[in-house]
Amino acid sequence: MNNKLIAAGFGGQGMMLLGQLIAYAGMLEGKHVTWLPSYGPEMRGGTANCTVIVSDKPIGAPVVAMPTEIIAMNIPSMLKFTPTLVEKGKLFLNSSMIDREPGRTDIEVMRVPANEIADELGNLKVANIVMLGAYIKKTGILSQNSIKSALEHKLVGKKKELLELDIKAFEKGTTLV
Amino acid sequence: MAEKVLVKGNEALGEAAIRGGCRYYFGYPITPQSELTEYMSRRLPEVGGVFLQAESEVSVVNMLYGASCVGVRVMTSTSSPGFSLMQEGVSYMAGAELPAVFINVVRGGPGLGDIQPAQGDYLQATKGGGHGDYRLIVLGPSTIQEAIELVMLAFDLADKYRTPVEVLADGMIGQMMEPVEFPEMRSLNTLPEKPWSLTGAKGRKPNKITSFDLDPYKLEEMNLRYEATRKRIIANEQRWEERNVKGADILVAAYGTVGRIMKTVMELAKEEGINVGLFRPITLWPFPYERLEELSKKVNTVLTVEMSGGQMLEDVKLAVKDNAATPFYGRMGGVVPTPEEILEQIEKIIKGSESA
Amino acid sequence: MNAKVVMKRPKSLSQTDFTYCPGCHHGIVHRIIAEIIDELGIREKTVIVAPVGCSVFAYTFFEIDGTVASHGRAPAVATGMKRSRPDRIIFTYQGDGDLAAIGTTEIVHAANRGENITVIFINNAVYGMTGGQMAPTTLIGQRTTTTIHGRDPKAAGYPIRICEMLSQLEGPTYIERVAVDTPQHVIKTKKAIKKAFENQINGLGFSLVEVLSTCPTNWGIPPVESIKWLQENMMKFYPLGIYKDRTEERVREGIV
Repeated sequence: MNNKLIAAGFGGQGMMLLGQLIAYAGMLEGKHVTWLPSYGPEMRGGTANCTVIVSDKPIGAPVVAMPTEIIAMNIPSMLKFTPTLVEKGKLFLNSSMIDREPGRTDIEVMRVPANEIADELGNLKVANIVMLGAYIKKTGILSQNSIKSALEHKLVGKKKELLELDIKAFEKGTTLV
Repeated sequence: MAEKVLVKGNEALGEAAIRGGCRYYFGYPITPQSELTEYMSRRLPEVGGVFLQAESEVSVVNMLYGASCVGVRVMTSTSSPGFSLMQEGVSYMAGAELPAVFINVVRGGPGLGDIQPAQGDYLQATKGGGHGDYRLIVLGPSTIQEAIELVMLAFDLADKYRTPVEVLADGMIGQMMEPVEFPEMRSLNTLPEKPWSLTGAKGRKPNKITSFDLDPYKLEEMNLRYEATRKRIIANEQRWEERNVKGADILVAAYGTVGRIMKTVMELAKEEGINVGLFRPITLWPFPYERLEELSKKVNTVLTVEMSGGQMLEDVKLAVKDNAATPFYGRMGGVVPTPEEILEQIEKIIKGSESA
Repeated sequence: MNAKVVMKRPKSLSQTDFTYCPGCHHGIVHRIIAEIIDELGIREKTVIVAPVGCSVFAYTFFEIDGTVASHGRAPAVATGMKRSRPDRIIFTYQGDGDLAAIGTTEIVHAANRGENITVIFINNAVYGMTGGQMAPTTLIGQRTTTTIHGRDPKAAGYPIRICEMLSQLEGPTYIERVAVDTPQHVIKTKKAIKKAFENQINGLGFSLVEVLSTCPTNWGIPPVESIKWLQENMMKFYPLGIYKDRTEERVREGIV
């Protein structure tokens, strides 16, 4: 396996965390992983994205020109990254915020109403985890248990209160694709 | 071995320093290394160390000068413009033979530039940087795990040769995360004695530390001593990685982040039937000239790839001489080359030499 | 003959000959510092940070460990030393070009942090070592090799009063301006510098003593007249006195 994901959205939509959870879970399963963030002023309110590679082999370049999967949480992210997706690649769209067509027919598109689901669960903040559930279910690159362990590892201190909700959001996400 | 942890490069650099016996950090925030400064502010008090946020990089380097004078392992971290500001002090430290470790998480330049990864500070790092005749030992990590090892090595080399050492990282190494294993914490009892340090003239003659002598003959003597140290370093400390160099169609010279990207390029090239060899200097100073010269005799082309306009290229040319062609491919301004675009360059070169 | 020793070289002063010009006050201040180091019994744990300027050789004049900082940066060097070895006694010795021009950042922030160091600041209103150029402390109308018609504030700004400026900060513990133009003032200076060292020994924080000094060579007047010039001109613009003394307060705060 050599999965190359770009996860993008507005700053605050939790894409950095989503990427770190995948990387951490990958590490737990003994995979080679890298997580590379976009950084700088764009983190403060603009679009933020990270690149995550999960591979059976040591990873050379942590930069990715042509990802195998894309998660787009908003329209600008979809417009920016969709053209870079490999043929037959997987595009995960947050359909709560994206009402446009991605403009490619040679790829597989998953529409996940992440915001609506998160809202139903009672906290919009877990939209990223809903999306993560859909991503893990669809790609099958890592076990759901590894992601849950990653959540337990990441959500410590104050954030611990959110753990139960996050696991619910994750499980819900896995049912959507 | 220890348990694997997923860690951000900047934080790994800081933790490596602490595990290498460093308890003193003076710094000034600058992107893309600020997480390192923040990490040290949290972590050092836990291990009985001292963190101080200074008023400028100029002050930082002079605080390092002071701390090194009194014999402790000390470091700072900064990014390109900040390291430029420190150059005066680095020159003084080189002249005063004061060990310390500088981590430069390089960003795009010149001037204010940007905050994305770059390799435009190679010449500043390897050719002195400040005024006068001196060189720093310069280590160029290409992964976070290697960065951990090199930071720890940097402290040992600094003490061994009484010289400032620079770890030349870049924004990508600073910002990315990958799983690493940390070595055990170095016991402070095992650190080398420093009888030359300024700890107070108790039961001995006063120690004096300076880069200064108005008598040109005496200053020349000091310079000859520095030169002798440099020769020892050149003889003992060259480090590099070579991969797939036997029977390679083309040899690529690259360091740091580009050195790591090259490993993906080599795989892609193999699928295209091209055999790419990699020469990756780890000590950028001392540069492994002799080994590269030897390798260059077996290929037609040594391609240098950098995130700069061609800086290490100058050292590659010094090593390769007329043995092979020395084309260059670089991206600047903080643009990181993708494996695909580097492969395209390699294909062009191979095609060109076939048609010729 | 039964000779009685009434005065001798302090142990903390080295055998190295001074490089100072006749009539210069550096030598007097050096001797005062050496006597104090002897009296406080701290010779074996004291480190001097010398500046760039006429007193660049100061690190060789004392029989203690020492170094030279780059121009103006002595307070940063001293900070690095003191933070790393809090049990050592660290002092900087700086001229007005070093401290009040190129080194303003370092002195302001070391003072503001209340670094537990001692700063001896020699103000002779001129750049000595480079040959008599204007210093930040050069008086209005004073002739130097870069203000040959006298310092004109329209072109060159006004003299800086360091003690007054630093005393506005919360950080410093003790700031005093003294002179060594008369025996009485020498005694006062010794008292001030001793206090500046004692404060450090007691962990009370940042102390700075400014010493108004002559520079007959670069002022272009003989030593005795120089003292008169100092008294009539410098002391008017730079009044002697204590500008800040929080020593008692710091003791109460229990900084020790």
